[in-house]
Amino acid sequence: MSLDAATVRRVANLARLRLEDQEVGKLQAELNGILGWIEQLQQVDTDGVEPMAGGSPGGAALRWRGDAVTDGGQAAKVLANAPDRAGDWFAVPKVVE
Amino acid sequence: MMRPTDLTIAQALDALDRREVSAVELATAFLDAIERLNPRLNAYITVTAEQALETAKASDARRAKGEAGKLDGIPLGIKDLFCTEGTRTTAGSNILDGFVPPYESTVSANLKRDGAVFLGKLNLDEFAMGSSNQTSAFGPVENPWSRANDPAKRLVPGGSSGGSAAAVAARLAMGATATDTGGSIRQPAAFCGIAGIKPTYGRCSRWGIVAFASSLDQAGPVARTVEDNAILLASMAGFDPRDSTSADLPVPDFRAAVGRGVKGLRIGVPEEYRIPGMAPEIEALWQQGLDWLRAEGAEIVPISLPHTKYALPTYYVVAPAEASSNLARYDGVRYGLREDGRDLKDLYERTRARGFGAEVRRRVMIGTYVLSAGYYDAYYLKAQKVRALIRRDFEQAWEKVDAIVTPATPSAAFAMDEKQDDPVTMYLNDVFTVTANLAGLPGLAVPAGLDAQGLPLGLQVIGRAFDEETVFAVGGAIERAAGFAAKPGIMA
Amino acid sequence: MTYTLEGTTGPWEVVIGLEVHAQVTSQAKLFSGAATAFGAEPNSQVSFVDAGFPGMLPVINAECIAQAVRTGLGLNAEIHLWSRFDRKNYFYADLPQGYQISQYAHPIVGQGAVEVTLADGSTKTIGITRLHLEQDAGKSLHDQHPTKSYIDLNRSGVALMEIVSEPDMRSPEEAGAYLAKLRQIMRYLGTCDGNMDEGSMRADVNVSVRRAGEGYRTRCEVKNVNSIRFVMQAVEAEARRQIEVWESGGTVEQETRLFDTARGVTRSMRSKEDAHDYRYFPDPDLPPLVLEQGWVDQLKAGLPELPDQRRARYAALGLSAYDAQVLTAERETAAFFEEVAHGRDAKAAANWVTGDYFAALNRLKRTVTDSPVSAKHLGELLDLMADGTLSGKLAKEVFEAMLEADEAPGAIVEKRGLRQVTDSSAIEAVVDEVLAKNADKVADYRSGKDKLFGFFVGQTMKAMAGKGNPALVNEVLKRRLA
Ligand SMILES: [Mg+2]
Ligand SMILES: [Zn+2]
Repeated sequence: MSLDAATVRRVANLARLRLEDQEVGKLQAELNGILGWIEQLQQVDTDGVEPMAGGSPGGAALRWRGDAVTDGGQAAKVLANAPDRAGDWFAVPKVVE
Repeated sequence: MMRPTDLTIAQALDALDRREVSAVELATAFLDAIERLNPRLNAYITVTAEQALETAKASDARRAKGEAGKLDGIPLGIKDLFCTEGTRTTAGSNILDGFVPPYESTVSANLKRDGAVFLGKLNLDEFAMGSSNQTSAFGPVENPWSRANDPAKRLVPGGSSGGSAAAVAARLAMGATATDTGGSIRQPAAFCGIAGIKPTYGRCSRWGIVAFASSLDQAGPVARTVEDNAILLASMAGFDPRDSTSADLPVPDFRAAVGRGVKGLRIGVPEEYRIPGMAPEIEALWQQGLDWLRAEGAEIVPISLPHTKYALPTYYVVAPAEASSNLARYDGVRYGLREDGRDLKDLYERTRARGFGAEVRRRVMIGTYVLSAGYYDAYYLKAQKVRALIRRDFEQAWEKVDAIVTPATPSAAFAMDEKQDDPVTMYLNDVFTVTANLAGLPGLAVPAGLDAQGLPLGLQVIGRAFDEETVFAVGGAIERAAGFAAKPGIMA
Repeated sequence: MTYTLEGTTGPWEVVIGLEVHAQVTSQAKLFSGAATAFGAEPNSQVSFVDAGFPGMLPVINAECIAQAVRTGLGLNAEIHLWSRFDRKNYFYADLPQGYQISQYAHPIVGQGAVEVTLADGSTKTIGITRLHLEQDAGKSLHDQHPTKSYIDLNRSGVALMEIVSEPDMRSPEEAGAYLAKLRQIMRYLGTCDGNMDEGSMRADVNVSVRRAGEGYRTRCEVKNVNSIRFVMQAVEAEARRQIEVWESGGTVEQETRLFDTARGVTRSMRSKEDAHDYRYFPDPDLPPLVLEQGWVDQLKAGLPELPDQRRARYAALGLSAYDAQVLTAERETAAFFEEVAHGRDAKAAANWVTGDYFAALNRLKRTVTDSPVSAKHLGELLDLMADGTLSGKLAKEVFEAMLEADEAPGAIVEKRGLRQVTDSSAIEAVVDEVLAKNADKVADYRSGKDKLFGFFVGQTMKAMAGKGNPALVNEVLKRRLA
């Protein structure tokens, strides 16, 4: 599988990375180099193999916490790093649905 | 007495206990060293001198009252991937511009709890993506070692924990925190002639560490000796209910394990790690390491880890996929860099294009692609299955051996202007280390010798899940036999 | 009767499936310890996890798991002992992590079914495809500033159950009845408060149209419809739109739409260039969710009686189908009725509750939860009727007094002297007086004007200020007029 320029643009759009026209060619070549190298995975026989999701070596199960309010009440801290805010809201350019 | 910056952590703890040195003296010595050498090495992004002196003073007070913690007064550097409350945290990226976390990572909080003194935040590859520390938005870190025949050539410290490894090697910190997703502790440790351990996945909490690839990321220490690694890991590790992947297990006495010896241990030597084009010096060092262990009473057992060759391509599917998702939160809305745009989408795209460097953008693209409709099965699911096979290879090996010894890296530190032409060449640096991340196993790099140019080379010990003790025992034996005493040219 | 919409070229059938997002009733959020209460100050119920800060990690709330399982059991659905959380990746201003943690490939609850009752008394079974747990997003305010949207993350991370139905509904009425039934079941279970005004329940309505006997045509999803009435309106509006598209020779494109409640039409939501590709993959921060069968059994044993079971029980007590339906509609109403009926005649209790009591609630604009009369007092009122202390008429008078101050009916009877007269000699004296005063009418009655009997009853009751026992008054009159 090899990426064409349109796919590079589509993926950049999905990833919300602005791509200038002159960047497409180089990036396309780099990505194809990496993907071509990754292609060797297709040689591995994985029939009947359960995929390994998550990193726990023993395959741990999810731990549960109790239903108690232990967090929040810190709007000042939550907003302290905001690039733009209005009162206790984060502010962004107007979104039209 | 030795110069304070030459002390190991174990020695410094003794010296502090005997009042031969104070925490303030230690901190001052390191801050002086940083002031002198950091402009050249660029190991620290942020130096927190004032805070270091204050906490050192408090540490001395505690010790005077007989209330010293396990690490009281030990000056450490913190990789700038760990969020530190009130201190700027960058992840080596422009996108976190100005971000000051209102919280402290569990690992750094654990170290603080035990009395450690933080000197500052250490440089790294951007979002820990790299093997040379050249992707940092804060500039590259220089390896304090240099080639005998070309001392002017500036070498990389390895990555992504390049700042951590360089700082410890150059005596700008007694030890440091680091993280390892594909080799980011062990490869820079090997390049800088120090030791570093990536513990078992789940041993150290990931809470408060800027995520790169969640199923692979694991925090660990770097320090000059195996014993110092054991001391640091004992403080860093432990169950954290705030991390759903943290292992609810007691932390063993790692330090005691270092001197345990290897008598009767079966040491595996994986055939598949003899890769084509491996430097003869590395091959020889590996053999030497095995001979040392045999001499100490270990049994050397040839084993096979048949899917080794697929580990790196597997990693370069899994890690970018997770990263593409983990890095979606950097959008210019709640913290960090914002580039204005004509609408929200434009703002996102400009912020992320400007805030992320080339390597991060590349990996986000790869990760987005392999998860996208129509490619998930061929890339991501396939990689997860190969990952399962890699883990199974190790499980089968553990039926025959107690630990595995391999080279840490396929080469010694390279120069800043080498291996830049194509990303895959750079990725090959992690060929020996990445398997332990995929399988979630502990891996320790130990300095074991020098190449012909006088550059350090390391060996790697891989162990069973949550059996860091055996890993420390084997590493300790290699360290004692190697008697590695060489020092970098640039050093405080 | 099949519901159809008439186009210019003939009748069209409507096919409807619902994805209902129901907020899990819990103190804290699904993956953080921040509170879930409605109406808090902006960003005051936000943890760093909910705001997607670097290095923050999710830890699951046990109660949210239990609530999902309870709901699954209430929907007669399969509980999956092994499920998993996936990330659904997309960028949106109120989605701080850049992904929603959801259950895509392996939901906690599988197939189930609910039965709905329609206006004509018929019932229909609607299939449940699945139920999964996921995080809610924050809230964007678009009308506070000319060029900016404001974001409040209080809802970010609140636990939702997404309940997906089969495309089994064929009319707005069925869609409405299904949504009402889901709401009723969850309110009985206490797993979702069902407050649609506060956004506790929203429906994505999938609508397509077809000719009788055809396979499915392309559907459109009308997002986030927030009342039962709007769901019914949205179904019809969207179906009519699609019929127009098909009949004018066009093709319905699969897309996401919004229901404009003011204009009663649906409109396209997101631009087409933004093709959705959510890149689902297992969340590496969360190991698989594993349940023990014993724990599920325990939850099952602890479930309250559900509306269907309760309705059946009421029917067995002799209540009409209508009364059983009305009394079980809300858990609180059923509880009120049960207290009134406890140890008493169930039919009499049902008549009073659905009759005078409901009428009073309507009149006073109150609900069972802030009832002007306690169930205990209403029960006592029934007792006073049963033992003959009060006639039906007097009981109504006492009830009116009870509405003013929720006092015990016995006390009101005493205070106002409303006890009915059951002493026959006292009644005879009054009757004799009434007959003497109306000798002409007595004559008319005796000559065959039977209808005058009611007049004598009225006059007697009037003379007794309404307190005469009606049965006795009748009896005495009959005897004296014979
Ligand atoms: Mg939907
Ligand atoms: Zn949903």
